[in-house]
Amino acid sequence: MAKVAIIGCGVVGAAVAYKLSRYDADIVIVEAENDIADGTTKANSAIIHAGYDPEPGTLMARLNVEGVKQALEISKKLDVPYKRIGSYVLAFSEEDCRTIEKLLSNSVANGVEGCEILSGDEVRKREPNISEEVIAALWAPTAGIINPWEYCIAMAETAVRNGADLKLNSRVESIDKAEKGYVLHTSSGDIEADYVVNAAGTFADKIHNMVAEPVFRTVHSKGEYYIFDKEEGTRVGAVIFQCPSKVGKGVLVAPTVEGNLILGPNAVDCDGDDLSVTAEGLEFIRKAAARSVPNVNYSNAIRNFTGVRANTDKSDFIIGVAAEDFIDLAGIKSPGLSSAPAIADEALKLLEGEGLKLNEKAEYVDSRKKVRFRDMNREEREELIKSNPSYGKVVCRCETVTEGEILDAIHSPIPARTLDGVKRRCSSGMGRCQGGFCGPRIVELLAREYGVSEADIEKDKTGSYILCGETKEEKC
Amino acid sequence: MRDLIVIGAGPAGLAAAEEASRNGLKDILLIERDDYLGGILNQCIHNGFGLHHFKEELTGPEYASRFIDQLEGTGINVMTGCMVIDIDEDRTVTYVSKEHGLVSEQAKAIILSMGCRERTRGAIGIPGTRPAGVLTAGAAQRYVNIDGFMVGKRVVILGSGDIGLIMARRLTLEGAEVLACVEVMPYSSGLQRNISQCLNDFGIPLYLSHTVTEIRGENRVEQVVVQEVGPDRKPVPGTEMVYDCDTLLLSVGLIPENELTREAGIKIDPRTKGAVVSDDMQTSLDGVFACGNVLQVHDLVDNVTAESLRAGKAAAEYVLSGKKRGEVHSVVTKGAATYAVPQKIRCDAEGNVTMSFRVNRTIRKGTISLSGKDKTFISIKRSDMTPGEMQQLIVPMKLVGNIEPQEFVLDVEEVTE
Amino acid sequence: MDMICINCPKGCHLSIEKDGDGWNIQGYACERGKAYALSEMTDPRRTLTSTVKIKDGTITRCPVKTSAPIPKDMVRDAAKSLDSVTVIAPVKVGDVIVANVLGTGSDIIATRNIAKA
Repeated sequence: MAKVAIIGCGVVGAAVAYKLSRYDADIVIVEAENDIADGTTKANSAIIHAGYDPEPGTLMARLNVEGVKQALEISKKLDVPYKRIGSYVLAFSEEDCRTIEKLLSNSVANGVEGCEILSGDEVRKREPNISEEVIAALWAPTAGIINPWEYCIAMAETAVRNGADLKLNSRVESIDKAEKGYVLHTSSGDIEADYVVNAAGTFADKIHNMVAEPVFRTVHSKGEYYIFDKEEGTRVGAVIFQCPSKVGKGVLVAPTVEGNLILGPNAVDCDGDDLSVTAEGLEFIRKAAARSVPNVNYSNAIRNFTGVRANTDKSDFIIGVAAEDFIDLAGIKSPGLSSAPAIADEALKLLEGEGLKLNEKAEYVDSRKKVRFRDMNREEREELIKSNPSYGKVVCRCETVTEGEILDAIHSPIPARTLDGVKRRCSSGMGRCQGGFCGPRIVELLAREYGVSEADIEKDKTGSYILCGETKEEKC
Repeated sequence: MRDLIVIGAGPAGLAAAEEASRNGLKDILLIERDDYLGGILNQCIHNGFGLHHFKEELTGPEYASRFIDQLEGTGINVMTGCMVIDIDEDRTVTYVSKEHGLVSEQAKAIILSMGCRERTRGAIGIPGTRPAGVLTAGAAQRYVNIDGFMVGKRVVILGSGDIGLIMARRLTLEGAEVLACVEVMPYSSGLQRNISQCLNDFGIPLYLSHTVTEIRGENRVEQVVVQEVGPDRKPVPGTEMVYDCDTLLLSVGLIPENELTREAGIKIDPRTKGAVVSDDMQTSLDGVFACGNVLQVHDLVDNVTAESLRAGKAAAEYVLSGKKRGEVHSVVTKGAATYAVPQKIRCDAEGNVTMSFRVNRTIRKGTISLSGKDKTFISIKRSDMTPGEMQQLIVPMKLVGNIEPQEFVLDVEEVTE
Repeated sequence: MDMICINCPKGCHLSIEKDGDGWNIQGYACERGKAYALSEMTDPRRTLTSTVKIKDGTITRCPVKTSAPIPKDMVRDAAKSLDSVTVIAPVKVGDVIVANVLGTGSDIIATRNIAKA
């Protein structure tokens, strides 16, 4: 059986693994960090774009629209929170009106269904908190919101359940061409593979350059965000964009699938993976967002974060054969999350082109079901607690996450090992107290389940220790 | 139907349940989400509690244990490890636990005593990276005092709330180095005695009108940048001080935990972020009472106890007499007063009404008054009022008399010589 | 010398000056405040609160305090001396954990009831 190594387990790598795992291939996913979905996938606007933004004829245009179709199906099969709530692109000026006209014609060319231009008054009728300054808007009913890391985790988990091997803490340091295929030299040892898929996100250029001449360069651009308490979650009912500019889609205001409100991002070139939030960045976002929705209450802010876009010096996605048996999926910037499953299809086609035989397995898993106490009705909850009393203990009180769900996360196909790993799998600590209350309890559960000291539990990436030893022991 | 369900068995819930029992209620259910009674007092192992209520100085766990011991023989039903997830307008409480599963019960009265939570980094938007090692003072307190783990070796504290000050001393005594306590306001929000005994005793500097303007470190905190702020609370360029540290503790305020209250449709005062109550601690929903930090953030547990005793007594009277609340006066604030609790005073209230409020600036010498439409009922002088310390005004209702419902004004004015 | 009284939350601003053989104390609102000012000049003392390890209990740390204030300059050493102390559950409020800690005449006593697990 041919062996395929996928470098990077963000949403693109996960989608490739998921799609490939239904075929007779020996899959190894090589991830640099101690958990998956840990780069751009966990820090973005969490939007499945309708597909009117990309220039017609580009990869981005085609794969975005195809990705939206698949998101509906995959999210249903794999139990990923996804809501098609639609989006508006607001126009404040005549120039903006010309822009949304252009976006409307893009939508037709790209095959996006149902887009239309509405008057300012019509928009305000539907979204009463939208600014009086808005004179028109493009409405796209197929835009949606998703939990991006769960989208990734769900696909990666399914791949693992179908036999894919996930190697965490394995940063690819160099790659050698073997007689057939490649040897990846990673921080945790060598991995041989017949085929390699480069889905390394913001590191994709470095990986490419290990096997081929440089043809593109990653241009890091960071975007900062605000997350608000659920009290602000109904401020808008759809994704509210401003007109796109050269640097990005502008500052958006949107509900999240969890029921919070998200604001952002800005776009600032940065060095490497700079995940810092700046006072200037936040001020810019506040000002820009106020143009769309003037009455957001900032005393309800609960979190800021920064994501780094996987931009390159090329305008389109870079999807192609970098070298023999070596596929690049690089420059997957927005709408990368929206396009991920369609990008995976492209990757499979390219692998086939390189000689990989895709024989469907006799049996494979293509479903996933998660316990979400919060979303259950009374009867379901009663039944659940009867079957397992640990679902009767609420640990995260802001998000109503039970001990049972936390244990599920710790024992899931790609087990949560860290506090944030648990959070990404069951939403604990995402609420208004930001883990102040449940954090110590989840650390306790992690320590218990792994049979280690609480002091050994990390917050997120390797080195992010929470505690530095016991009191009364040697002074730390 | 239960006589009373009390939600939360910290100091407020314990006192309220016991007082309701003393006043004749029989079927009382006290629900606690933690596995132990006593709430946050269990992790407040320092002393300074109980001078008012018990006339002696106790630690938090001792103060709690006095109430826990008193539970015995009252017949109050206690459930621990049990979380209330919903309150209906008809006073049906839905709770969930490992032991009992999902249960809904209606009660003649409910007392809300869920306490408060800490403001987080996100609420104040501190720039910088997002490493481990940034945590609220209360979470650190739990790790250190209950779980027995150290949260860091070199610590900077942002905010001068009491929990932060207490943790400065606690961490120092456990071997950590507390480098500084930084407060954005020109005054401390904690008690003066805590600045003296928790910072000054250990030579820990307090920087007023300063804030943390950047957190540095990839996986764990490595540095924080502290800057002076101007009168507009904006950082002053050129005043940066960089601390090499592994931990930033936040003690930047507490927020009443009123999610259940809101979902039940009970009116919330945007200033206190707690329920609007009348002097009997009754909320806008008939038969639902509130007390303790869920109603307003207190500095002293003794005040929580006093307020909760009023709520417990009033809930018992409500259930036993079946009498609905009549007409009320409303209370608005003026001058330096930032809020007033209760927000309503029953026209037929008797005895004394305790008004709680805070001031928006330090007032060396001031007057506090409560007035109605045509007359001032009470006016007193008070010195040394600070925003960090809750003030109270005792209003004998005989001074108000039997008058038609009207707006009362609680006014705090500074007296300049 | 100016100081803030730590006896109660009121936090009175005290001042104390040497006055011949005695002391001139200002600003106190009660006798405890007056006594505090005097003791700060002659024999400053503090109550130490901390924890000790507890075995077989429902939790792993038992909160403790000194039964009476101890000399201020001994607080750090007294706290450190508790590192090597382990008690066995059950413990009751008021149980003496360490008698006469560091010869201060004050005991370390438990401040929480902790049952056997």
